Amino acid sequence: MLEITNLVKRYGQNDPVLKGLDLKVDGSSVVSIVGASGAGKSTLLRCINRLVEPTSGSIKLNGNELVNLRGSELRHSRRRIGMVFQGFNLIDRLTVMENVLSGRLGYVSFFQALTRRFPQADINRAFHLMERVGIAHYADKRADQLSGGERQRVAVVRALMQEPEILLADEPTASLDPKTSQQIMSLLQRLASEMSLPVLINIHNVTQARMYTDRIVGMRHGQMIFDGAPKDFNQDALDAIYGGIESPDEDNGEPDTADDHTQGALV
Amino acid sequence: MVDQAAVLADRVWSRYSRKEQFIRYGVYLATLIAVVWALQDIDIFWPWVWDAPNQIQNLAVRMWPPAFNTWNEIFSAMLETVHIATLSTALTIFIALPVSYIAAQNTTPNKATLWLGRFILVSSRSVNTIIWALLFVAIFGPGVLAGILAVMFRSIGFIGKLMGEAIEEIDRRPVEAMQATGASKMKVVLYAIVPQVMPAFFAIIILRWDINIRESTVLGLVGAGGIGVLLQGSIDLFAWQTVATILLAIVVLVVLGESVTSALRKKVI
Repeated sequence: MLEITNLVKRYGQNDPVLKGLDLKVDGSSVVSIVGASGAGKSTLLRCINRLVEPTSGSIKLNGNELVNLRGSELRHSRRRIGMVFQGFNLIDRLTVMENVLSGRLGYVSFFQALTRRFPQADINRAFHLMERVGIAHYADKRADQLSGGERQRVAVVRALMQEPEILLADEPTASLDPKTSQQIMSLLQRLASEMSLPVLINIHNVTQARMYTDRIVGMRHGQMIFDGAPKDFNQDALDAIYGGIESPDEDNGEPDTADDHTQGALV
Repeated sequence: MVDQAAVLADRVWSRYSRKEQFIRYGVYLATLIAVVWALQDIDIFWPWVWDAPNQIQNLAVRMWPPAFNTWNEIFSAMLETVHIATLSTALTIFIALPVSYIAAQNTTPNKATLWLGRFILVSSRSVNTIIWALLFVAIFGPGVLAGILAVMFRSIGFIGKLMGEAIEEIDRRPVEAMQATGASKMKVVLYAIVPQVMPAFFAIIILRWDINIRESTVLGLVGAGGIGVLLQGSIDLFAWQTVATILLAIVVLVVLGESVTSALRKKVI
């Protein structure tokens, strides 16, 4: 269970990006976080595994406080938090297998990491997970030879290799084409239920958020302004979150386009 | 309709503004003054310059034909030259890599180590190999050891600086991903940074080895081993035919080194 209370993040002396955020995620629920760019979604996820230092507040994962952890304590907690990124963040020049096994870096010794002698159990787990997502035949290929969707699968497997207690996904489909991004979303959804793993997904695509997740959290200006089931996520909620900002996937752009034409004619 | 001709006639365009034009002429003038000043100041003894063609002809006659009777000696001196280059390049790696790690802004532990790293690189590069060689000959006496150290000390700055730049140019995203797995700093370096700088590393090492072969050929002039010792000795003895052979051998070695390194470079990149 993830429990975030009164989380504040301020960069320098600027306005806080997160303004006292509360969020509770339990069980194996898939939660999508929607919001315009700059709403603080990425900062929120990165505060959880402390890639970003929270200014104040509390983040508890299964009862353990994550804020204020240092050194090896922090690294031990990070092992239990898997993360998937928008740009996949693979190591291009290494093979798929090496990328997958790098998810075990928090568990193996430096010497094992250097010589690539990972425990047999890790290798078995790697093959099992790669087969599960359909990339096992790429094990010895270099990561940069794969397509976008395949690369994101490698990244998902790498995160799962950590045996995580929670999975964070920062816009995992934003660099993918529509069809591939649907595949990745449904993969995340199924993996979450198979492994009873809570998943937090930052996402821009509201339609996909509705389709593939159990719960939608809407953010605006560092505050949570919607929290509910996809069926309750109506036009009002959408307007509240994206109000004044054109939503990327809603088809309400016609009046604007018409305006552009009239303006074009005037010039 | 708009009168095109009238519009065109009214518009003036020039690439540089008046001020920029003025600055450009100023730079030309300053360059000219610097050249004229230098020519007047350095005091060339012109009769020797006019005599040069004669001297060249004379030297060429004395050098011809190259004497191959000492080829055995020359060959082993050449080998020594290559050994100096290889050993010093290999040994440099162990010093230059840690230095580049602390001299790169994104990996250095703190401000103090950053400046320490930069200080090592700058001091290594600002002193020429021959000067380092003079220094080490004074310390360790003439011989190969002084030569190896001299080439090493100059290479640390070269390899360290270029590797530091390669580290600074890496993609940060894999680093973030490795940190997120709970990997320690050394493991992050091993998986996220080392693979990214590998191609640059090999290219830099090969290039430096190539340069070091050429640098090693002149080390002997100050008594630091290699073919240069033989060259200096032959010049002192006016054995011009041997000098010719040595010069030919150096050309052959440099060309060989060049072809080997360009073949290696193709393999790596």
